[in-house]
Amino acid sequence: MQIDFKHHQSAHCENGVTSNLLKYYGIDASEPLIFGMGAGIFFTYLPFVKVNHAPGSSFRPMPGLVFKRAASNLGLGIYRKKYRNPKKAMRDLDEVLEKGMPVGIQVGVFHLTYFPDPYRFHFNAHNLVVFGKEGDNYLISDPVMETTTTLTTKEMQRVRFAKGIFAPKGQMYYPKDIPESINYELAIKKGIKKACADMLGIPIPLMGVKGIKWLAGDVRKWPKKHGEKKAALYLGAVVRMQEEIGTGGAGFRFMYAAFLQEAAEITGKSELKDLSEQMTACGDRWRDFAINSARIYKSRDKSGESYEMSADILLDIADMEKKVFTGLKKVY
Amino acid sequence: MKKDEIPQDDANLLEGKTRDLCYAVDKDGNYTTGLSTGWDPKNAALQHALDFFDERAQEVKEKVLKGKLSPLAYFMEARFMDANLLADYMEISKRDVKRHMTPKYFKDLTDDVLKEYAEILRIDLKDLKDFPTS
Repeated sequence: MQIDFKHHQSAHCENGVTSNLLKYYGIDASEPLIFGMGAGIFFTYLPFVKVNHAPGSSFRPMPGLVFKRAASNLGLGIYRKKYRNPKKAMRDLDEVLEKGMPVGIQVGVFHLTYFPDPYRFHFNAHNLVVFGKEGDNYLISDPVMETTTTLTTKEMQRVRFAKGIFAPKGQMYYPKDIPESINYELAIKKGIKKACADMLGIPIPLMGVKGIKWLAGDVRKWPKKHGEKKAALYLGAVVRMQEEIGTGGAGFRFMYAAFLQEAAEITGKSELKDLSEQMTACGDRWRDFAINSARIYKSRDKSGESYEMSADILLDIADMEKKVFTGLKKVY
Repeated sequence: MKKDEIPQDDANLLEGKTRDLCYAVDKDGNYTTGLSTGWDPKNAALQHALDFFDERAQEVKEKVLKGKLSPLAYFMEARFMDANLLADYMEISKRDVKRHMTPKYFKDLTDDVLKEYAEILRIDLKDLKDFPTS
């Protein structure tokens, strides 16, 4: 059986699943709009959490939060369930599909057969939509893929019960209690206020704009403290978080700029359009950071100058983003 | 980023299976999307990381070839795993996994157990059984 579900490719999996599921229920919200209403923009630097031998950094909040915030700001309910028993998880999935409902699930990418091999790390916070089953094959709309694909029952169970950090535990979810009318202006306002609070107001120096500054300080120390080889790996890890599958470029900064532009049209607040342009400039600066950092891990520049320059660019970005979010705070 | 600047530096890291959706502005300053096959600074970051991990795996491989560790130890490293994660997947204790990393315990493992390991590590049974040792 197959549900009449439209696949739209998106930059990021969670926004994409949310946007595609809501479209199915008649709520036509683009990926940037979901991302903005769900306050998806963020920065955090986690030097004590090692991911693949390098300090962790992230340009977005915890997995699941964008969907949760977007749904809550739009006034929708969410059905969400985790499982211990894989058999029960598979049975429940089949039951939901039988009812003709597309459903979002969280999976690990390490065993995701259709994914490009070089990207198959132990990353467990990937999201996709299941929209039917034909024989032993589940029909999959993975928002980061250009086209729909399939997974066998065995493959499906394996990715739903991937192990490690953020283990999906068979999690599945779908929107419920869809309201008659949607107040986009209110959802935009709530999303922007939350983003400002996250980027400017968390009293931990590793989060938001302050996290970017902290990272800049550490980047300067890396080559002396850890040696060339590790320092290059660390810098590369930040660039990967910034650019790899799912950010839409420059660590979601362009996507957020697209949101602000759309928000300006919906709300009629022209200040948002100016702030969108400033956000684009932040994104361009993140790209400069990547280009400069690439010099280090590509040619192994040993002078240490490139580290200084990458750190300087980060400080620059911190100032620019502080300005944007302070500006946004004034609008709301 | 301008739409016509969306990078197309294909290093075959996406293996032609998909392209990345990027957000960029058109000539009138409006946001739009376009597909990218890759971007050099990003490709290089991934390649650098893959090389770094491969170097570590090769060091373990040397130890396997010298008979100090079992082939499982090599494939665990090559698949970015550690004993904790592998034990989680196998639903056995970490201590058992660590034992299986030694040639002494490894040689007594049944085909069924090896098959399970192989499936989790995305390799064939023969990769584990016919690993060249000196």
